[in-house]
Amino acid sequence: MPACAKARPYALCGWECQMDYLYFPGCTLYTKAKNFDQTARDCSLRLGFELKELKEWTCCGATFPLATDNIMALLPPSRILAKAREEGTALTTLCAICFNVIKRTNRLIQQDGEKRDKINNFIEKNYQGDLQVLHYLEILKREIGFPQLKEKVKKPLAGLKTAAYYGCMLLRPFEEMGFDDKEKPTLFEDFLEALGAKATEFPYKIECCGSFQSVGSPDVATECAYRILGSAIKNGAEAMVSTCPMCTFNIDHKQSDIKQKYLDFNPIPVFYFTQLLGISMGLDYQTLGFEQNAVDPLPLLKEKGFL
Amino acid sequence: MKIELTRQKVHNEFAKKVELISGQNLFACYQCGNCTAGCPVAFAMEVGPHEVIRYTLLGLEDEAVGVNTFWLCASCLQCTSRCPKGIDIARVMDALRMVVLRKKERKDHIQIPEFPEGFLEKVPQIALVSGFRKFLS
Amino acid sequence: MGSNGVFVKRAMVIGGGIAGISASIDLGNGGYEVVLVEKLPSIGGRMLQLSETFPTLDCAQCTLTPKTVETGQHPKIKLLMYSEVEQVEGKAGNFVVTVRKKAGYVDWEKCTGCGLCQQKCPSKSPSEFDRGMGLGKAIYTLSPQAVPNKPVINPSHCRYFKEKKCRVCEKICPVGAIDYEQQDRFVKENVGAIVTAVGFDLIPKESFGEYGYGEVQDVIDGLAFERLNSASGPTTGEIRRPSDGKIPKEVVFIQCTGSRDPERYMPYCSRVCCMYTAKHARLYKHKVHDGQAYIFYMDIRSTGKGYEEFIQQGMEEEGILYLRGRVSRIFRDGEKVIVWGVDTLTGKKVEVSADMVVLATAIVSQKNTKELAGKLGIKTDDYGFLTEAERKLRPVETDVEGIYIAGCAQGPKDIADAVAHANAAASKVQGLFAKHKDV
Repeated sequence: MPACAKARPYALCGWECQMDYLYFPGCTLYTKAKNFDQTARDCSLRLGFELKELKEWTCCGATFPLATDNIMALLPPSRILAKAREEGTALTTLCAICFNVIKRTNRLIQQDGEKRDKINNFIEKNYQGDLQVLHYLEILKREIGFPQLKEKVKKPLAGLKTAAYYGCMLLRPFEEMGFDDKEKPTLFEDFLEALGAKATEFPYKIECCGSFQSVGSPDVATECAYRILGSAIKNGAEAMVSTCPMCTFNIDHKQSDIKQKYLDFNPIPVFYFTQLLGISMGLDYQTLGFEQNAVDPLPLLKEKGFL
Repeated sequence: MKIELTRQKVHNEFAKKVELISGQNLFACYQCGNCTAGCPVAFAMEVGPHEVIRYTLLGLEDEAVGVNTFWLCASCLQCTSRCPKGIDIARVMDALRMVVLRKKERKDHIQIPEFPEGFLEKVPQIALVSGFRKFLS
Repeated sequence: MGSNGVFVKRAMVIGGGIAGISASIDLGNGGYEVVLVEKLPSIGGRMLQLSETFPTLDCAQCTLTPKTVETGQHPKIKLLMYSEVEQVEGKAGNFVVTVRKKAGYVDWEKCTGCGLCQQKCPSKSPSEFDRGMGLGKAIYTLSPQAVPNKPVINPSHCRYFKEKKCRVCEKICPVGAIDYEQQDRFVKENVGAIVTAVGFDLIPKESFGEYGYGEVQDVIDGLAFERLNSASGPTTGEIRRPSDGKIPKEVVFIQCTGSRDPERYMPYCSRVCCMYTAKHARLYKHKVHDGQAYIFYMDIRSTGKGYEEFIQQGMEEEGILYLRGRVSRIFRDGEKVIVWGVDTLTGKKVEVSADMVVLATAIVSQKNTKELAGKLGIKTDDYGFLTEAERKLRPVETDVEGIYIAGCAQGPKDIADAVAHANAAASKVQGLFAKHKDV
């Protein structure tokens, strides 16, 4: 048994050891962003861990309640946490919004005893806030490590200039999310470099796409998306990478709306990061769900020789 | 344009309610405008978030709830993360929404029958759930 | 009492900036011997880095040099240059201070200050004195008017110390003053009172994530702008931006960078930024007539004599645009630096495509003030500034008899206040000495 396996019970090295994570897909990943979900599961198997979907789950609530007296809105994520804790010790998710809601709720339960008791009373559980909540990218970085990830890459995405779009929910509030530096994050760029792609820096990568306004004021969200795409394209990006179905809706599906308003806008494809991971792992491109991408990425991928 | 201030008007029931729901101290705001400067949707707002906070503190309920500022807030938390006084402005925006939506004679900010054809099918569920949370009572 | 019970009437002044110099001259003129300990190779402190001072816009070197020369030539003042306080023992009337004289690798007894070594030194590295705006040599004096005008070698920049090559300075020196084997030396000074005037630092611009973490080249801090404006600086006084040397036509100045920010940085007001930012903007406009200066401010604090008039003159005569509001973010976009701020007086978000941005960064204590305070047995506050005995009525004394504080080491202040503070500290020392009879 290699020395690393003694230090950590699980190691990514081809041994039988596997690290399993409880997995919360979220409503949108089950349907409109099925490609995101499926590619994540396939890639994780290639990387030596398994995403074990929770036996029962509900919508997370999609927005962490900012009104301090709104406890009802905390119930769905609390249920998810309590149920997950019954099944294991670490929960992962892909959608940035679900990640934000669940992680912030977890923090609140850890810190606010009064609310914790009220919630536990209502949902008839006894959850104490001791579940670890991780984002899939954090698993890739901390548990697997980007250098090891690089070694597993079969088709490096050489020459693909991608702009990593973080959005807002992944990074803020920094004290609770702790995902990466909120002004100059680099995790996503390190991930892309490990896959062999060229990560394009652009100043709008931490600006909100306006997702929560998609229903209230969709024009405002479209304008935000246009600025983000414009900034990325200006800095040389050929493609965007996202980790949130909401961001993807705005910066991918809405490109047709943007084109109607800004006639000289040139669409670029938007990938979920697991789709790029899948290509680099050598998965069959037809299983990566590109038909759900609004702007067709196949021409770009063919041009770069990845297919 | 003139407002008359009295001790009953300043920090009145409306302002206190906003403070209670948001958990923030409005007196801490020294109107630096950093929130407005960094807000990604401020370009579409009638007044910036710092102004709405000012209206609220001065007890000007009609002015505060009459603008579109907090309806456009995308809760991206950029303002909160940069406020030098540590005020969670996103929570204040949500509190203003709640104050309006929880009234007896409420008018929901979005009307579902008014959505265009096919909109509900196209939009991801997250948008609907969060939108209904924020804009419906 | 001294070793034979005598109260020693000698003073030590730690720090050779304007406060330290003022205190030393006062004490020297009062007839007492002074030992002035300075960690840099020459005296003058921050004022050496400035180009012009407010509100008179006098040349800083012209006002400072007479004082440094007077100090250097004063019969009662002994300079311990390039030295730091190592240990302090004893009490008022009999302090025994161990001072470490750092190795400068130049024998100052022999050196004549001819400057040949500096001319010929081949090593160039970003100069700390120029705030990274220019390159300096490994063997250096801080300025052409340095007092004493003798150089030291910085071993981390020197080719001989790093690679065992070169030795040009040794070869060129006409009096053979270069000594690579020099070691730190320790001297003990017996003094009756100590004045601590160790000055201030600026919070590094690398602290500000929303302003680029110091990686945007054309975002500089106030002292760097002073160096750009100085005739002895890296651009000989022309306002040129660091990235490409072009003359900036749109310059944004941002006050309160890191000050009045209890959540993220320093909660206090740094007191001098309103004035020096106005000064910078005015000096910029004097040199670049078709440029536009924008100042983002929260309040204008112009409390001294002639200060408010100075600010108003800047607005009325120079056309400086004051925008009341903070700046949320700065980033590079091609050749320009984009500034996202707000003008709260009209309520509008403001975006400026600037050529250069000058940050008025917060004044903080020097890194080792706390450690020095520990050696002296005096207190510092949460921010490292030396604590006075009583906030209002005893501003230059400490809890320890015989130890006094002066200048920005106690808190941010401008030059006039620092000099007044230092004069007060010297007066207190003389008062202490007067209480004890001469033997």
